[in-house]
Amino acid sequence: MDLDRSNHYSLRRREVVKMLLDQRDSGMLIVAGLGAPTWDVTAAGDEPLNFPLWGAMGGAVSLGLGLAIAQPTRRILVITGDGEMLMGLGSLATVSIQSPSNLAIFVLDNERYGETGMQATHTAGNVDLAAVARATGFSECHNIADKKRLRSLLPQIQNGEGPLFFNVKVRAEILPLVLPPKDGAFLKDRFRVALFGSDPVR
Amino acid sequence: MTLWTNDIFQVLVNHQVRQVAYVPDAGHTHLINRCGQYGEMVSVPLTTEEEGIALLAGAWLGGDRGVLLMQSSGVGNCLNMFSLTRTCRMPLLMLVTMRGEWGEFNPWQVPMGQNTEKLLKAADILTFHVDESNRLGETTEAAARMVFEGPAAAAVLISQRILGTKTFME
Repeated sequence: MDLDRSNHYSLRRREVVKMLLDQRDSGMLIVAGLGAPTWDVTAAGDEPLNFPLWGAMGGAVSLGLGLAIAQPTRRILVITGDGEMLMGLGSLATVSIQSPSNLAIFVLDNERYGETGMQATHTAGNVDLAAVARATGFSECHNIADKKRLRSLLPQIQNGEGPLFFNVKVRAEILPLVLPPKDGAFLKDRFRVALFGSDPVR
Repeated sequence: MTLWTNDIFQVLVNHQVRQVAYVPDAGHTHLINRCGQYGEMVSVPLTTEEEGIALLAGAWLGGDRGVLLMQSSGVGNCLNMFSLTRTCRMPLLMLVTMRGEWGEFNPWQVPMGQNTEKLLKAADILTFHVDESNRLGETTEAAARMVFEGPAAAAVLISQRILGTKTFME
């Protein structure tokens, strides 16, 4: 484990997510993994077609898969963290079997558990999440460590044929919390009303 | 065996269930095959059962109804993920084949089998334990109605008496 390495990464998570979502197509559906990715996505703008998780650790990719199968004409972007992704590695294998062309997974990898005191995750060791995704059968897996590479991959993240996996090395930093609504039932109904209109139960 | 699985399959069709998530179990074999052959359903094999809870939450967000098929041992794997179902008031229909409750040959199945219903209730999930095969269709119908018209989370527990006890020879 290298506890110091991610203190020096050049990419900053809020800036990365803002770059990603400034380009957001109005039809894009966002799933944010619990903790910092949920705060990062909200900092870029709280939107009804965001589904920011406050829990369900390990479930972000699976949730994105269910959404991708249900909404095949829309881009589904799962933005999550390395700790959350590590808890659901099996879900990458499950995605690979379904091979949804509209699903992109974007991991903000600071090599830390940010919400519990910045302890090292396994990616502070030798664990390479993009390599894991490749081994499960994802054809497009990328490690991103600088802004130039991120910029060049943006069109693919927005529109490339999935399933896609991007692991972005971001600096370990503690940032001000930017919280989305906390009530899950509200978040769900808000999302469904934005997709289907005024009757959220159908 | 095929009769009751046909009854359940018909209920799933009638309720327009689209995503069928599962971790395989011998007792679910016929139903998994029926769903897999039906063009209106998408089969999603999982590596672990809690993936199914999150998957079906995503399905519902996108307008799809779903069902999760698993063995009783899988219920334990789902417990923390049930927070998603409850906090977001997601509909969730589960069909659980029981192990560890009736003539079980494998003692490692007993702790989870004996506590499956208790744990589901602790998670505020409606439970319907069925030990007569001719009641499975109507029970699944009752559960599906409460799930999709609720929303509610419900599990139909299919007794090991119906499935038959497994032995090393099978």
